Amino acid sequence: MSDIRQDVIRQKVQDLNDDGVDRRGFLKCMAWAGAGLVWTMSGGVPVSRAIATGGGHARDGSGGGDFSFVQISDSHMGFNKPANPDVAATLQVAVDKINGLPNQPDFLLHTGDISHLSRAEQFDTVDQILKGAKAKDVFFVPGEHDVLDDNGKSYLERYGKDARRGGWYSFDHKGVHFIGLVNVVDLKAGGLGSLGGEQLKWMEKDVKHRKHSTPIVIFAHIPLWSVYPEWGWGTEDSAQALACVKKFGSVTVLNGHIHQIMQKVEGNVTFHTAMSTAFPQPQPGKSDSPGPMKVPAEQLRSLLGITQVNTIRGKHALAVVDSTLG
Amino acid sequence: MRSWWVGSLAAAVMIAMLFFAGSMRVRAENDGVNNHNDQAAATAADVRIDNFSFAPQTLTVAAGTTITWTNRDDIPHSVVSTDGVFKSKVRDTDEKFSYTFAKAGVYPYYCSIHPKMTGKVVVQ
Ligand SMILES: [Cu+2]
Repeated sequence: MSDIRQDVIRQKVQDLNDDGVDRRGFLKCMAWAGAGLVWTMSGGVPVSRAIATGGGHARDGSGGGDFSFVQISDSHMGFNKPANPDVAATLQVAVDKINGLPNQPDFLLHTGDISHLSRAEQFDTVDQILKGAKAKDVFFVPGEHDVLDDNGKSYLERYGKDARRGGWYSFDHKGVHFIGLVNVVDLKAGGLGSLGGEQLKWMEKDVKHRKHSTPIVIFAHIPLWSVYPEWGWGTEDSAQALACVKKFGSVTVLNGHIHQIMQKVEGNVTFHTAMSTAFPQPQPGKSDSPGPMKVPAEQLRSLLGITQVNTIRGKHALAVVDSTLG
Repeated sequence: MRSWWVGSLAAAVMIAMLFFAGSMRVRAENDGVNNHNDQAAATAADVRIDNFSFAPQTLTVAAGTTITWTNRDDIPHSVVSTDGVFKSKVRDTDEKFSYTFAKAGVYPYYCSIHPKMTGKVVVQ
């Protein structure tokens, strides 16, 4: 077993060195406020790359994919503290970046914390800014900041019209099955994110009759893997959700919440968390709390670019790209 | 098992987790000890919400005491009784919530937005 592990690590290191990407240039490109990720479906396997100006950073020749979509997260509209006094501006930067992509995404995913305080005017502002995106479809899942006080009533009225009662839903796009989950309501004292029995039952049915070869993309706000439970960065019943998709050859789990990129690959499942478009949060345990990281304005960009790692695996040359700021 | 953490971050995270778990425990115990001593004659008491935690985490007061929670974080929090006794609205930065504890008992509570945040009021 340790031999396999060694090989994997060696392979990864090699890919890091030989991928033809200028590391410094790549990191620089990542360092802008309001970052996002582009996912390109290539042979049914999602390939991610950082959004940067123009082309030149895609490792899969991204035009070759069947389609792409963009994930953005944690826009926290209404937040106005020193960590970022103008979160509308950085969300606008994100939209501009998306619109500048040579390979336009078919749609956007927003993985929650759209607003900071669930207020109508905050949702309005985000909707307004996202209307400026060339990609017209945006799929949302709520973050805990979107369901304050009213158990998500106003969120569901706005974003949940086509969803199940609890706000979860699925859809198909060009052969890929997308599942949007809600893990930010009815949280128990001392606990983590939670999906709940009703949603898990629905999910089991939702995937039951699908072909094993169907690529699955699951998106939800709080990570569906144990990133750092001490800060609540995990979902208590995520194992049950993942059990539902065990039979599938390709499962990609996209989350937000932690305002930094982290990635884990486990069997057929790739877990990935996105950066925020609003403010960075500290690396796990590197601060007293997971609150917004206050940094000098000129450093905001570089800190949004933290914690990226680069891996290539499988015969599809799946390149799940992450990069780390030094 | 084909599962691995990627990159040097993994090591940092693991070390941080161990370290942080240790320091958390010590701090919680200290909170409990400190507050036990000086609550005898209070009719008003404060809990500070800071760094995603309630301080003191355990507060012991006499019956009739009004406790005021103040959010000192850049992020909204709430104060919600685990047993349904009291429930604040979401409190943004510098916003307060008060509740008067008439009856003796133990009142565990948490932040419904960040449920890892828990606290306890002991009314004597
Ligand atoms: Cu909280």
